Amino acid sequence: MSQKPEKLIDKKGLRLDGRKPEELRSIKIEVGILPNADGSAYIQQGKNKILAGVYGPREMHPKHLARPDRTVLRCRYHMAPFSVQERKSPAPSRRDIELSKVIRESLQPAIFLEYYPRTGIDIFVEILQADGGTRCASITAASLALADAGIPMRDLVVACAAGKVDDTIVLDLMDTEDKKGGADVPVALMPNLNAITLLQMDGILTFEEFEKAVNLALKGCRKIYTMQKEALKAKYESVKEVEE
Amino acid sequence: MPTFFERRQLVTPGDLLAEGTYVTGENTYKENNKIYASRLGLVEYEDKKINVVALRAFYIPKLGDTVIGTIVEVGFSGWTLDISSPYLAILRASEVLSRPFRPQENDLAKVLDVGDLVIAKIMAYDRAHDPRLTVGEPGLGKITRGQVVKMTPTKIPRVIGRKGSMVSMIKQETGCHIILGQNGVILITGKSLKDEQLAMTALRKIECESHTSGLTDRISQMLKKEKAKQKEEIKNESKT
Repeated sequence: MSQKPEKLIDKKGLRLDGRKPEELRSIKIEVGILPNADGSAYIQQGKNKILAGVYGPREMHPKHLARPDRTVLRCRYHMAPFSVQERKSPAPSRRDIELSKVIRESLQPAIFLEYYPRTGIDIFVEILQADGGTRCASITAASLALADAGIPMRDLVVACAAGKVDDTIVLDLMDTEDKKGGADVPVALMPNLNAITLLQMDGILTFEEFEKAVNLALKGCRKIYTMQKEALKAKYESVKEVEE
Repeated sequence: MPTFFERRQLVTPGDLLAEGTYVTGENTYKENNKIYASRLGLVEYEDKKINVVALRAFYIPKLGDTVIGTIVEVGFSGWTLDISSPYLAILRASEVLSRPFRPQENDLAKVLDVGDLVIAKIMAYDRAHDPRLTVGEPGLGKITRGQVVKMTPTKIPRVIGRKGSMVSMIKQETGCHIILGQNGVILITGKSLKDEQLAMTALRKIECESHTSGLTDRISQMLKKEKAKQKEEIKNESKT
């Protein structure tokens, strides 16, 4: 696994898993699969398997963290010990804490926090299997879980990454591409408001490459957005079909 | 000034509903003269006002609402109730006990204990304070018998139906007394458990299919069928 393949993109221009540079991994999304949570979603993006659960708005505990003017949004990103090749310690690592913050801050602008003062919303993101781009898939799933919980939102948030692999700008990097490639640019978007809520870059890109990567990631976001919307509607349309 | 969705169409948060001189209603918001949905739900137009009837929401207390709550804590001078809302409600001892309340003499847990269900009215509520409840009206107070059904509070209007058509139909068909808490908790009291269970299945069906049309007729048919089935069973039992 750790050995670097000779080339990440072959002569035909295909990637390690046979994708074209501008192709997404196969995505499957389900909404409302955890009956105990107020809202939930599950996403499979390539080999990524991620569960997101949302609780709230509810009484804030500990109480001193509650704000008199708005809801407090909390997020926990956690990787299961079996989610990667080598066992990951279940204790929150530096990376887990950072990603929790990143996910929280990319979802925050979408929520009307001022509607429910003195309360808290908790988002739990559990990575069951990881294969690169988990922060993006987590944001996509968590925003669906929020909508499923009936929390008022300005827009859904959808995220996708683009990056540089063997001097080609590619969409939706998987683990090996992320680690051995040149750069990774995750982008989160509120598609209807056309607002970016997350933009990071890891690696080195020229200005032109960066612009190309961002635009490609945005294109990917919009593609995922249609799937996201369908998944959210599917929960209720299945009832409708039975009736007709 | 176009609108982008038909009546009763399913929308997701962020969907652009209309542009121009429309007015925001429930579960919508306005930005740059454009109206967007803020919750998953069905669009309804009301002249210039655009509403989204949410498929899932939580209860936000409103003055004068009847709610059904569960006692979660017995305090020194009152109780704390879970009214399936982001906020816990407070019921003061002086509201329940008609005589002056003395903490030394009255044991509040003997009046209402943790886990008891109470029908109450919201007496006071604002952004800065938790809702206050009152039981000082006829029909309010501790629940002693019956079945409780919970659903998302936005579906309560659907259970009531147009001018109360749905709930009065269920009452008539099952012979049960039904009290609707605006917080999505419903109390059913009937003569027998069977009647209550029948009403419960009807309510569950409404919950699942609240966003479909012609529901009152379907529920009525289902209840009639179930009742016929029950009668037959009783007949068979008496034969054997």
